Amino acid sequence: MKLKGWKDLKPGAVVTEAGSALKFKTGSWRAFKPRWIEENCIQCMFCWIYCPDMAIKAKDGKRAEFDYDYCKGCGICALECPGKKGNKAIVMEEEGK
Amino acid sequence: MGQEIVAVTGNEAVANALRQVNPDVSAAYPITPATDIMQRFTSFVSNGLVKTEMILVESEHSAMSACIGASAAGGRVMTATSSQGLALMWEILFIASGSRLPIVMALVNRALSAPLNIHGDHSDGMGARDCGWIQLWSENAQEAYDNTIQAFRIAEHLDIRLPAMTCMDGFIISHSIERMEYLDDEAVKNFAGEFKTTNPLLDIEHPVSYGPLILPDYYMEFRRAHADVMSKVTKVVLDTAKDFEKISGRKYGLFETYRLEDAEIAFVILNSAAGTSKDVIDEFRNKGIKAGLLKPRLYRPFPYEEVGEALKHLKAVCVLDRADAFGASYGPLFTDIAASLYPYKERPILINKIYGLGGRDYLPEHAELVLNELAETAKTGKVKTFKEYIGVRE
Repeated sequence: MKLKGWKDLKPGAVVTEAGSALKFKTGSWRAFKPRWIEENCIQCMFCWIYCPDMAIKAKDGKRAEFDYDYCKGCGICALECPGKKGNKAIVMEEEGK
Repeated sequence: MGQEIVAVTGNEAVANALRQVNPDVSAAYPITPATDIMQRFTSFVSNGLVKTEMILVESEHSAMSACIGASAAGGRVMTATSSQGLALMWEILFIASGSRLPIVMALVNRALSAPLNIHGDHSDGMGARDCGWIQLWSENAQEAYDNTIQAFRIAEHLDIRLPAMTCMDGFIISHSIERMEYLDDEAVKNFAGEFKTTNPLLDIEHPVSYGPLILPDYYMEFRRAHADVMSKVTKVVLDTAKDFEKISGRKYGLFETYRLEDAEIAFVILNSAAGTSKDVIDEFRNKGIKAGLLKPRLYRPFPYEEVGEALKHLKAVCVLDRADAFGASYGPLFTDIAASLYPYKERPILINKIYGLGGRDYLPEHAELVLNELAETAKTGKVKTFKEYIGVRE
């Protein structure tokens, strides 16, 4: 989303649109980004359960991609991921690399 | 232009201005010397002279918070305070200005504790000078009355929507009776006009939220926008003054100049002490010494360019501060005057005197001493001392 300049803001930061919190993307805080390695995923759904921000999507009962608009990069999913035969299905990588 | 000549205190004058404007809501907590304003106003409420919803709260922090709620809800809102009361509001002052809520507040200037003191000086108003509010300062009861009425028009102007405080000296003005003129109730009502709402919370057809979290990606843009709106205030203050002159015959500007145009030495001084200074300046003029004075009225936003232009031709200027800024070397008014003169290659020698703290009398002989020192400095170009306290025992 393109950020607005100061001339385009509502005076006093008044929010005049109901439900606009949906547009508030909080993923920009992230310093580390989780990456999903599908071939190591055993579909245990631990990451989906543990994610504190509902940033892991599920589709048809199966794990889907991260929702990077809201993922803060806390790394809990990567920590909890059991992986397959010692190979993690989620790894944390530095943002911007 | 029906005007009633009365003998009243500054507080009574301001209370009557508030009665005539008849705001929708007021929330206040008593504190000397401002108590008297709200005491009088609440009796207007009890006697049905105003339709104001009066909220009695348990502290000034709550008073300003309630004012913010009422203002965001869509009401015309005012309050009054002094000293510790303003200090307790400090956190909330920024919320009022940042949310662009046009609350009007009468500030009766009083010293800050400790040591505890209830008398007039400017340390309260100076502490809040950079909180994003408009500040109008008043020399006497008449100016306090006139500024209070104009403050509503300025604060509520749709190009601005900023809170405004009107300042007058505690006790010296707030509790002294002097001659002044009241405007007709009808004239003030028409001048203040209908309150126009912007994004009122009570408009349930158009729901809005006030006070969202703004993170580093937008906070600076909001501050930049606030700086921009502050730059529009001077024009609105001047336009409002022009309209006010039509109903009152009294002229107001961003500041008052007194015998300044051809002056060589001058004072810059706020509020009631300007009156004493003008008398002494007259005496010096009679002796052939070209003395003058500049008294800021719009102190925030400070009209740096206009003040600089008005002072640049002088040889020596003394800025008299009724508050010190501990650790800043100079008083708060001095630093603003110095900043407004800095762009000029040719500029007067500036000195700073701290006077009148905690209600200490500012006497004609203090003004005389400083004017003599200025005259000497103008002649020799030599400065005795850049900053000192006057009227203080060694």
